[in-house]
Order: sequence, then structure tokens, then C-alpha cells
Amino acid sequence: METFSYRQTAGRRSAGTRAQAIVGVVASGNLEVLVERVLPDTECQIDVSTPISGFGKVWEAVVADFVERRSPGGLKLSINDGGARADTVALRLAQAVRLIEEDMK
Amino acid sequence: MMGWNKAQAARHVRRAAGAALAKGKIVEARDTTRLLEAVIRPGDRVCLEGDNQKQADLLARALAAADVGKLHDLHMVQSGVVLPEHLDLFDKGIARKLDYAFSGPQSTRIAKMLFGGKIELGAVHTYLELFARYFVDLTPHVALIVAVSADRDGNLFTGPNTEDTPTVVEATAFHDGIVIAQVNEIVDKVPRVDIPGDRVDFIVKSDKPFYVEPLFTRDPGAITEAQILTAMMAIKGIYAPYGVKRLNHGIGFNTAAIELLLPTYAERLGLKGKIATRFALNPHPTLIPAIESGWVEQIHSFGGEVGMEDYIRARPDIFFTGIDGSLRSNRAICQTAGLYACDMFIGSTLQIDLLGNSSTVTTSRIAGFGGAPNMGCDPHGRRHPSDAWLLAGKEAAPDMPAPLRRGRKLVVQIVESFGDKNVPTFVEKLDALDLAEKLNLELAPIMVYADDVTHIVSEAGIANLLLCRTRDEREQAIRAVAGYTDVGRGRDKKMVQQLRERGAVRWPEDLGIDPLDADRSLLAARSVEDLVHWSGGLYAAPSRFRNW
Repeated sequence: METFSYRQTAGRRSAGTRAQAIVGVVASGNLEVLVERVLPDTECQIDVSTPISGFGKVWEAVVADFVERRSPGGLKLSINDGGARADTVALRLAQAVRLIEEDMK
Repeated sequence: MMGWNKAQAARHVRRAAGAALAKGKIVEARDTTRLLEAVIRPGDRVCLEGDNQKQADLLARALAAADVGKLHDLHMVQSGVVLPEHLDLFDKGIARKLDYAFSGPQSTRIAKMLFGGKIELGAVHTYLELFARYFVDLTPHVALIVAVSADRDGNLFTGPNTEDTPTVVEATAFHDGIVIAQVNEIVDKVPRVDIPGDRVDFIVKSDKPFYVEPLFTRDPGAITEAQILTAMMAIKGIYAPYGVKRLNHGIGFNTAAIELLLPTYAERLGLKGKIATRFALNPHPTLIPAIESGWVEQIHSFGGEVGMEDYIRARPDIFFTGIDGSLRSNRAICQTAGLYACDMFIGSTLQIDLLGNSSTVTTSRIAGFGGAPNMGCDPHGRRHPSDAWLLAGKEAAPDMPAPLRRGRKLVVQIVESFGDKNVPTFVEKLDALDLAEKLNLELAPIMVYADDVTHIVSEAGIANLLLCRTRDEREQAIRAVAGYTDVGRGRDKKMVQQLRERGAVRWPEDLGIDPLDADRSLLAARSVEDLVHWSGGLYAAPSRFRNW
């Protein structure tokens, strides 16, 4: 199991008021993303736990694109990876932000 | 002394040797190996009918059981190397040389045997290419074929899986070869005559029905969001702007997703009747919702598909059926239809290089080609216009005067940037090149050549290679849709931006598609059970696809 953590500056605070959300499942080729609103407005953190090593550069690129496109200020995202493909990771991260930005009903 | 009928004379001797074991044309199953030893000669070219789907399994077992002292050094000329017995022949020394097209299920073992020198490889062909050679320099001396039933005169009924049989028999029977058929049953009158009896020398009744692989059944339950995203992009970014009506789909999950998005996503885009109306295609169960929704006008098939028999019988306006009501397929004719009368091929692959060459060969697996290279190439013998063909030709050569400009077939590779086990689809160098080096092949086994590919679709976007003018532009367009692979991360951002502005690269946002909308709820059927419901209970899904 490999773990790493990315702390980045985000352009703006993520919308919505929800405190946390979770998307995906821990399964082979899939992943679970837990997102929590626990950081200062212009910071974000992505913690990754993955069974597959050797994909450091891929994770870095996925995270950089994600922060640029979604600007997840204030959010801490914890990834429990089951060996998902990079595009699936990118999709789940985007889904997680969409979910926490949704208004509570 | 010059003679003009040596083959005819040899045929009489062979036939007489076989006839000693037969009653009329019928040979008992237990005598099959003796029959084969009687009519086949060492060094013969033999077609042991191994198709894409149906298999002459009894005849394969019988041939593999032959005495290697009597039968050896055979030259096998068959499209499919599918059963273990097909390769046992080489392990035992009964066969030595192989010319074939497709080896999906045996891809690992065939690679080992080629490396081990057990098989002398002629070539890995495309289907039409191998069929063509049956009539020029690979004409079988003996054809071992398979059908559903026979009458006592040898008339054969193939059922829905006619596949390669008419072509194999044509080449063998009309050039003094011997044709032996295994059948499930012998009847007084066959439901329809697929092969006339005077082309069949011997018939063996099998004790159990021949094997057919449900090769074209894709479980909608296994379709991923990334595959749905590629399907949305293909529909909006290729089918719609070119107005592609006549086409062939590959076998993968991406194209299954397209089939399942026609009555939902494509319908909402207002494309019904404007795209995807006529197919050269096996009867894909995932096309049932589109057929039932009135999208599809006509389908001609290479083969059948297990479980689709009753559905096809109830939809004769859509499919080609015989006087008995069941599907009539024909691989050679459908391949020709896909080659000359379709405006697009769209299918998946395992590896794509920086020029756009693609291959399904990896260093440990040689799957052969199947139909993709015939569907996936630009036929220079085409002369009739269509909107899609003309537009593609115009994009490729805008400065050519229109009346002199060839159209272009759309050849689309649809992939995900990473494949199984996170292996990148986009690579700097194809494994096929390493294989060619190791085996001393003059040609690397390329499935679709770069100069035939017009578009590459991945979850990251669409590369339109027709609009790329230089080798650099082509490479950057491919890198632009290679996602997070090494090839993708190595792209030149500025050049990719320019290509996007020209439409040579289109990312999801350039097409107005939000990847977050790529949801399984868009699929017209989300399970095999849904497909059965869509068919009104007519589709009888094979048991391995049933979980209800």
C-alpha cells in the first residue's frame, strides 16, 4: 500500500454548505472519495492510499488538473483507491466536489 | 507427360478411399478419424472450419486423434484458431504450417508455440484476404466443415451461423477438393439449402451439437462511465456532424455503449433517422433497444449470435432471413458489405502509437485480426458518393477539386487511455514491432494502419486526424487524447491548444459535454435482463449472462 498527500492552494472557496460527502466504492478498478470541508478557504488537500505503486507522476497530473478545473478551496479529499484508472480517479474527484457543493434539502 | 486432370484423378482416389467407410455419403462418428486418414494426404492444405463463432469440433477432435505416421505436415488454412485441438495438431506434428486470421481464445498458447517453433507461420490475414487466397494460392485439398443438419444427398442447413461455410466449400468443391461435413442431425428434408448437396462428399453425424461462442454479447451491467463518455463524444462529435448512416461496430464495450445510447442520448440530440440506420453487424443483443425504438432499418450479419434466434425470426424486415425464417449470415459477403457499402468503422484496440497505427498484439498474446482490418480501412475501389464519405474526403484534401476528390471512409478507434490493469493504450512503440523482431516477421502485425485511421476517441477527447497536416500535428493530436498516460502527459500544450481551435482536437468541453453527465442512467438497458425485456422475451440470453 502506497500513501501520499498533496497540499495545494485553491483559487476560491468551494460552494455549498455541506460538511462532508462520499462517492464511489472501494473495489477493484474503482475508488472511494471522502470529501470534508475542514480547511481554510484557499487551501485543499488530497490524501491518496493506493495498492498500486509506480503511478506517482500520474497522480500528480490528475491532482493538478483537478485543482485547476474544480478549485476545491476548503476541502480535504481522501482517496481509498482500488487500482482505478486515472480517468476514473478524475471523474470521482469531480463527482465528490459536485456532491458536497449541492445544497442540502 | 502433360495432363489436365491430375487433381480430378486424385480426387477420385481419395473419394473412393473414403467411400469404403461410408453408406452413401454418411460415415459413422466412430469412423471419423479413419475417414480423415483415408482422404487426407501428408502435406495437404486442410481447412478445419474454425470460424469466428461456430466450430467443427467433432472433426477437430478426430483429426487431432489421427496417426501421425499417416497424417503429418498438414498446412492448415482456416480463419479461426479457436479450439485447443486446432493447436494440438501442431504439438503432435500432424500439422506444420498455418495460415489464419483470428485466434482470440488461443492467443496466449499460439504465441508460445510460434516462439517455440512448433508452428511455421504463413501469415496472419484479414478475413477477406484469407478467403481471397482460397481461390488463388491457398485452395484447400480437404475442407472439414460444420452445419446444423444434412439430408442424405448432402444438402446442408447451416442455421443462423452460416459464417465462412459457403466460401470454404466454393473454393474446395470447385477445385477438386473433398468436403466433409459434421452435422447435428440427419433429416429427410433440410429447412433450407445453404450448401447444395453435390458439393458435399461425406457427412458425419455428431453426438452433440457443435460449439458456438456467444462472442458478441456484452453485458450492459459492465459498461463504465468512461465508456459512456466516449460513446457520447462519438455520437455528438462524429456520428452527428458526418451524418453516418451506414456503419459497422466493433465488439467492445464502448460501441455497446453507443448502441445503448441511441434511443436515449442520441434521440434527445434529435438524431433519429439521421444516423446509424443500416449496419454490417453481427446481431448484437445491445442493439435490441435501438431496433425496438425504430432506429434501425437493416442489418446484414457475418454470423449469428447465441440467443438471438427467435428475436431475429420475429424481425425479418431488419435482418436477412431464409425461407425457413431463420437468419442467414455470410462472413465473406458481410465483410465486403462493410468494406464497400459502409461509411464508418468504429471499434476498439489495445495499443495505438504516435502515428495512429493500432494493434491488438502484445508480446504474450497474438489474437489475430478478425474483421477489423477489412472494416477499418479505406477501400480505394469505392466509387459511390455519400455525405459522410464526401465530407471526410473534403477534410483530408480541401484543396483538391471536388469532382476529382476521393471520399474517405471514417475509420474510428474508440478506446480508454488506460486499459486493463492500468496498462496504457497509447504507446511510443507498439509491442507488435518487438514481436515481429523476435519472430523474424517481415511485417509487424498491425490491425489498422495509421493512414487508414481518421479519428481516435478516448475519454479525454476526439483527435480528428483528417485535419492534421503534418506528422507533428498528428502526433500532438494523438497525445491530446491520450489522457494521463506518458504519451498524454508528454503533449505540447500550446500546439494542442491550436489544434483545439481548429477542431482537429476536441475535448469534452469543446463538444459541450460535461463528463459528470456520463451516467449509467443514460443506458437504454442496464443489464442483460433489461435486454430480454426490450425484446419482449424473444432474446434468450445464454445462461452465463443470466443472473435472475
